[in-house]
Amino acid sequence: MAVSHPPEHPRQAAQATRQAIETVFRMESPRIIAGVTRIVRDVGIAEELAQDALVAALEQWPAQGVPDNPGAWLMATARNRAVDLVRRRERYARKLAEVGRDLETAPAHAGPLEPPDPDAIDDDLLRLVFIACHPVLSTEARVALTLRLLGGLSTAEIARAMLAPEPTVAQRIVRAKRTLAARAVAFEVPYGPDRAARLGSVLEVIYLIFNEGYAATAGDDLVRPALCEDALRLARVLTALMPEESEAHGLAALLELQASRTTTRTGPAGEPVLLRDQSRAHWNQMLVRRGFAALARAQATAPSPAGALGPYALQAAIAACHAHAHSYEETDWQQIAALYGLLAARAPSPVVELNRAVAVAMAQGTEAGLVLVDALTAEPVLKDYHLLPSVRGDLLERLGRTDEAHAEFERAASLARNERERELLLARAADCWAGPGRGARPVESAPCEGA
Amino acid sequence: MPRYLTMIRIDENNAPEGGPSPELQERMGALLEEITRAGVMLDTAGLRPTSEGTRVTWDKGELSTTDGPFTETKEVIGGYSICQAKNMAEAVEWTKRFLKTHEDYWTITAEVREIEG
Repeated sequence: MAVSHPPEHPRQAAQATRQAIETVFRMESPRIIAGVTRIVRDVGIAEELAQDALVAALEQWPAQGVPDNPGAWLMATARNRAVDLVRRRERYARKLAEVGRDLETAPAHAGPLEPPDPDAIDDDLLRLVFIACHPVLSTEARVALTLRLLGGLSTAEIARAMLAPEPTVAQRIVRAKRTLAARAVAFEVPYGPDRAARLGSVLEVIYLIFNEGYAATAGDDLVRPALCEDALRLARVLTALMPEESEAHGLAALLELQASRTTTRTGPAGEPVLLRDQSRAHWNQMLVRRGFAALARAQATAPSPAGALGPYALQAAIAACHAHAHSYEETDWQQIAALYGLLAARAPSPVVELNRAVAVAMAQGTEAGLVLVDALTAEPVLKDYHLLPSVRGDLLERLGRTDEAHAEFERAASLARNERERELLLARAADCWAGPGRGARPVESAPCEGA
Repeated sequence: MPRYLTMIRIDENNAPEGGPSPELQERMGALLEEITRAGVMLDTAGLRPTSEGTRVTWDKGELSTTDGPFTETKEVIGGYSICQAKNMAEAVEWTKRFLKTHEDYWTITAEVREIEG
């Protein structure tokens, strides 16, 4: 039965209006908070003023109707309140000065209020991104603040997504805002020597948010996988705000390509499905194409020497190699091994090296890969990393060294934190002694490393 | 964050002569850019008229094809968009903004549907 809007029933109508207002607010709040921060220079106060504008809308719109441009209305209301606040502060400051006290901070001066042009809003939004991901904050605080201010998530949603109690997350956000105010963090886009590090922090926060969702197994709570979408949206927004930043495109490309496989990563019972066994027909081709397009932009904007891709773009290039292969057998392991070589040079880490070993084993032979893996066994960072014995077991099994492979799989199972992975590894350990049965099944390499 | 397919339905027989005005195209372009910059728009396009289209039907084990125009249908799909939005309410809000770029003499229905999976 079709329901026509506007609904007849006043209570229904009120509810529909309320929902419409909250929807518009959620959509607009990052830009409103950014625009207001420019005036009051404090994200905590800016967020409160944005909330005030929401309250004003909830009071006025049901009676007066939703304005023609609801986003502009909210923005204007919040900015007017911001200007009032700054003027009150200035008056207060003058009064204090008259009675001969020193001021701790110079008041921000609010000029006349023109409607902001879209470019100015984008500039403010980018400044807000850099503030939310500022290195004075802990990583957890950056993640929470970014989801809150830029992702438009409520504290309750963030808490559920991060598997943390709501009061903890609320505290985290409050403290983060206080820290930013106390340290007088500038509302600006960094240029010059610390720009690269500051941008790195922004990209890392989005990447962490994505991984938080990507690592979550399918469960009743869809908020965690939904984090991938939130991160993807943030990455897309960032490419629009920083069209010349190769690594912003690289990150977007990596996340689009990773997201294209989401539905194929788990089986009907929620068990993990390895890359090799994933149904490539079910990889989302639209996201794959978007990933390719973003990677092309990353390559086009890469700093010279030509093709000097950063770590995110390199990981995206690896993910693109998998997406280009119509079947696992068609995977271009030579190219992937070469890209891991570049990645190991750009951003060396034991996990990257382990992934490189897997690719080298596929490209140049199992022995060559095992040499690289064996070199990692003394690596303290990987001491409890289940994928190291898991990869090593896989290579040993392929070489027919089944007893050693069995021991490695058992060890990997004892280190695996995820129950499903543990089951898979124990099954592989049992396979080693059951003789040639299921054949060599490559392990999934480290999460979100392209492969 | 689900994906939504929005189908723009128009009455081909009563669509304004000459299609969208230059002003409308400009407003539409600006809005589509905004939706893209918001990280929401994934794909969008207009469709060629149904006079150039073909319908293929499978019925009782028989295939048949019908060439356009599809005059018996009052409203046909003239364009589509695929967006990633927080929820249906957000997808509908963007759709309302898209429709509002049109002049009053347009009659358009946009159908917003969530994409499975």
